Amino acid sequence: MPWRKYSALALVWNGLTGNRDWTVCWRDAAPRDRYDVVIIGGGGHGLATAYYLAKNHGITNAAVIEKGWIGSGNAGRNTTIIRSNYLMPGNIPFYEWSMKLWEGLEQDINYNAMVSQRGVLNLYHSDAQRDAFARRGNAMRLHGVDAELLDRDQVCALVPYLAFDDSRFPIRGGLLQRRGGTARHDAVVWGYARAADRLGVAIVQNCEVTGIRVTGKRVTAIETTRGVIRADKVALSVAGSSSRLAAMAGLRLPIESHALQAFVTEGIKPLVDHVITFGAGHFYISQSDKGGLVFGGDIEGYNSYAQRGNLPNVEDVCESGMAIMPLLGRVRIVRSWGGLVDMSMDGSPIIDLTPISGLFLNAGWCYGGFKATPAAGWCFAHLIAREKPHPFAAAYRLDRYALGRLIDERGAGAQPNLH
Amino acid sequence: MRIPCPYCGPRDLREFAYLGDASVERPDAAAPDALDRFVDYVYLRNNPAGRHREYWYHGAGCQSWLVVSRDTRTHEIFDVEPAAQKVTAS
Repeated sequence: MPWRKYSALALVWNGLTGNRDWTVCWRDAAPRDRYDVVIIGGGGHGLATAYYLAKNHGITNAAVIEKGWIGSGNAGRNTTIIRSNYLMPGNIPFYEWSMKLWEGLEQDINYNAMVSQRGVLNLYHSDAQRDAFARRGNAMRLHGVDAELLDRDQVCALVPYLAFDDSRFPIRGGLLQRRGGTARHDAVVWGYARAADRLGVAIVQNCEVTGIRVTGKRVTAIETTRGVIRADKVALSVAGSSSRLAAMAGLRLPIESHALQAFVTEGIKPLVDHVITFGAGHFYISQSDKGGLVFGGDIEGYNSYAQRGNLPNVEDVCESGMAIMPLLGRVRIVRSWGGLVDMSMDGSPIIDLTPISGLFLNAGWCYGGFKATPAAGWCFAHLIAREKPHPFAAAYRLDRYALGRLIDERGAGAQPNLH
Repeated sequence: MRIPCPYCGPRDLREFAYLGDASVERPDAAAPDALDRFVDYVYLRNNPAGRHREYWYHGAGCQSWLVVSRDTRTHEIFDVEPAAQKVTAS
């Protein structure tokens, strides 16, 4: 008997019968010539959008169009951190909704996404930074998000292996969100793909979009390497390449593409039980279930479509790591890689209609797109189906730049490489 | 990545700071559509995958502002000129 639903019983049965009865996770669909909705981009966001479009809004005549294979872009290149420790009013409700969706995701899509709420600890190193973190923690708690401000001794009890008495950046404490943590990035992609496929959505891989047809301010079709696909609605979910796709429809965006690197070490025994971030530089680290320490830092800082970084940033990230965790010096880095991120002008994302009727935009995620995957899909699906923004994403409008309603967490101004 | 500074020769990326797209021009504040054009100038970018003209500052060298033409896919650098010349030229 074919097993469509994953369960302990299915595992036992298939284990005892030679694993003959599993069904395919998702069909590798060939593109048809017309859909109600076409979503461009088969990453976590695009697939989550497809799933919630079908589940919440009953739109199943839809396709996800992916240039390579699903999850081959940023969904497979990030450092898998999930959290909702934001400060700005437009951000907190959105990211907290994402956190809540993460908490129920595996049951909802019947897939083990390895969501691990191991806690996200942001270290602070000065009195001023403590005040800033207290403010952030208070903002979170006022919105119903969990946050705890820890002093040096409390941090020491949690993570005694850090360098607390570094002469330049001594660790004075940290802001802890216990519900934050990590999720398995590939499993998120596969889980959403399988769940969307089960509801009838077509997942079309190896199909590059080469043009967007617009007639009289209305989108009519997309051109791909596998033919023209007509659609009433076209949704862009291609962070890293948003400007290139938007340019096909004649739009310019408040976005620059930058490269962001990440690193993984050889596998070691369990050491880092949390996600830890360095407050005096830009560095974040966690340990994967395979044992490798996964870490990263700043973006490269100049426009790039190269999907790889340069050496100065490798050094910068490793120096930051050594500043809080000198024991890192004894473990070898086995891989580093780069992804392309949409750096927006205020450091916050865009989920909105565009000046072209029927064309929808989900972009500008900077280096924070992974944690947003469920809520971005949820809100983008709502936008596509109802043609008005979801309340949780109401601040992520494209016209906020002209109106001066920026959501600038970093307070860095319209300079993408500073966010 | 190394940038051939017209004054100092080829120098390491570490010596430079990046500002961004050099093709945007500050609009005339007295123009009737100045507001729209300032929104474009401050926020909207072509962000091309390919040749890009961009400002770099040689902070750890001659401290000149440079306009660099670079391929954003390969980091190949086609041309570097002092930004001062660009201002005089336009």
